[in-house]
Amino acid sequence: MSELDRHLPENLPPASSPAPETIDVRRGMFRAKGTGDTSGYGGLVRPVHLPGASERPYGGWFDEAADQLERLLPDFGDAIEKVVVDRDELTFFVRKERLTDVMQALRDDPNLRFEMCLGVSGVHYPNETGRELHAVYPLLSVTHNRRVRVEVACSDEDPHIPSVTGIYPGNDWHERETWDFFGIIFDGHPALTRIEMPDDWPGHPQRKDYPLGGIPVEYKGAQVPPPDERRAYS
Amino acid sequence: MTDQEQQTADAYSSSRETTEGTVFTVTGQDWDALAAGLGESAEERIVVNMGPQHPSTHGVLRLILELEGETVTNCRLGIGYLHTGIEKNCEYRNWTQGVTFVTRMDYLAPLFNEYAYVAGVERLLGIQDEIPERATVIRVLMMELNRVSSHLVALATGGMELGALTPMTFGFRDREEILDVFEMVTGLRMNHGYIRPGGVAQDLPPGAVDRIRDLLTLLPKRLADMENLLVGNKIWMERTVGVGYLDLTGCMALGMTGPILRATGLPHDLRKSQPYCGYETYEFDVPTETTCDAYGRFLIRIREMKESLKIVEQCLERLAPGPVMVADKKIAWPAQLALGGDGLGNSLDHIRHIMGQSMEALIHHFKLVTEGFSVPVGQVYTAIESPRGELGVHLVSDGGTRPYRVHFRDPSFNNLQAAPAMAEGSMIADVIAAIASIDPVMGGVDR
Repeated sequence: MSELDRHLPENLPPASSPAPETIDVRRGMFRAKGTGDTSGYGGLVRPVHLPGASERPYGGWFDEAADQLERLLPDFGDAIEKVVVDRDELTFFVRKERLTDVMQALRDDPNLRFEMCLGVSGVHYPNETGRELHAVYPLLSVTHNRRVRVEVACSDEDPHIPSVTGIYPGNDWHERETWDFFGIIFDGHPALTRIEMPDDWPGHPQRKDYPLGGIPVEYKGAQVPPPDERRAYS
Repeated sequence: MTDQEQQTADAYSSSRETTEGTVFTVTGQDWDALAAGLGESAEERIVVNMGPQHPSTHGVLRLILELEGETVTNCRLGIGYLHTGIEKNCEYRNWTQGVTFVTRMDYLAPLFNEYAYVAGVERLLGIQDEIPERATVIRVLMMELNRVSSHLVALATGGMELGALTPMTFGFRDREEILDVFEMVTGLRMNHGYIRPGGVAQDLPPGAVDRIRDLLTLLPKRLADMENLLVGNKIWMERTVGVGYLDLTGCMALGMTGPILRATGLPHDLRKSQPYCGYETYEFDVPTETTCDAYGRFLIRIREMKESLKIVEQCLERLAPGPVMVADKKIAWPAQLALGGDGLGNSLDHIRHIMGQSMEALIHHFKLVTEGFSVPVGQVYTAIESPRGELGVHLVSDGGTRPYRVHFRDPSFNNLQAAPAMAEGSMIADVIAAIASIDPVMGGVDR
């Protein structure tokens, strides 16, 4: 299926499965912003979906791991929003209230045993109303040689996510970094302070509404605007 | 203090009263004056602010140590001095340009940054199986040479920090030999921008293979020099054995990887456990130690360099002629570099082709270079074994020609968290040895 066909109504996922994550809407053909689109495709409107929930079987050991997690969490459907398998990677989307339960189970159960959490990466989707901020935790099981990803979302109005430092102490600095850059407040973190930016820095630089900054540069008599003000095709 | 004494004293060393007590600024030669100044009122508890400064080539790091006598009771780290916003900058450039940024993160292991990023882009594009064999072999070859050069700096600066200057001169001398090869192949000693989505920027230049073969005969001798100098050296062992202790439990809790983890006896190496870039087809061992200390980490680095040279040798054997860039012209960088009278630059043949012969080639070149290629929506996490441990890259694409999010899980950033666990309760001099054994590179820590 081509990228365009994927967005035709008949190709969208059936209504029964959870709605795919729509992070943005693209308009026009060549993605140029600021100037008129003279290509004749200026009216084109295409939503941008992240890969949606996957149907069983997930394939490989993914089913086994999901089954085991389902056994450990009696209210699996409540804790896990959806399971996504994309590009051979398994992602559990966890409701933020249940994050610590899920992480504890993933770490402690001998059949899962994800003993390492490799930090947390924030992502800001300003157009995904109510779920603007995502926290992504890559986990590694050295015992079973497997990787899984846990993803949690929260809103800009209530940017609170429970800290997992009690389960994975190594996430201490990573959570501080994500607070610093995205403004996600990790409840229960022992000392959630800025780590990369100066202590008195205003704002959270890696949010999409935070400008890149920069000054125009002169090159052979012409002014080159800063990168975020140049014509973009993305 | 009389006027004359004040004049001879260092203008930058002074004391002032704050709500937290007296704050002394010491610069080095003035400890006697400080001790005299403390007099009877000296408190037992002293907080020493070590840095922020540039310890060897690690980058700018600040240590806040609470001391009781010479024993460290509390250790905190201040980082962020080298934060350059590389992750944010990547969001304003196309996917290929990202390589130029990420290579500058951990500047002692630039090729690892590049490969980890590129592997993520290729996974997102779904072209990881279409990378030409020759490009994959060149990538492994360059990465393993880079591992040796990075470990050499770890040993060199680690030695210097403990007062051993000969390892420093040896290490930097031998690293320079490797950087000469990098310069020959990529044009630059560091910050190469060489590994690109789809392959590598250009093929090995004529003579490069011979040059690497020469290196392979030279380096074992040079590494032996370093080994003879330090392994079993009484003073070196006094400074490192039992220092910076962190056992397997501690490593697991803190997410340690790399030589620190392998010094606890766990042979965890992503090149073996989750092979990428064809590492499963190379023959090499994963050295481990069970001492959990700075000396064990040092021994592992020494042995890993030899294993890396073994891999480089195997790379040279299987280096068959072929393309070094993916066949898909919608992804492969259109311009080729060529060596001209004024150095490496745009290939004049290519310029002639796009400017004089083919309008379509010009359009194609222009589109791909200014706009870049679109990457399907989704996210990936790719992890590789860098000299310092697991280097992970989290990439998110919104379907555009620019990354939506680039996040590097740099091993230095994570491993530096172990410094308090290693240093607290030890002597202040051992803090230096412990941090040297972590081998943090602040460019990677702060990004």
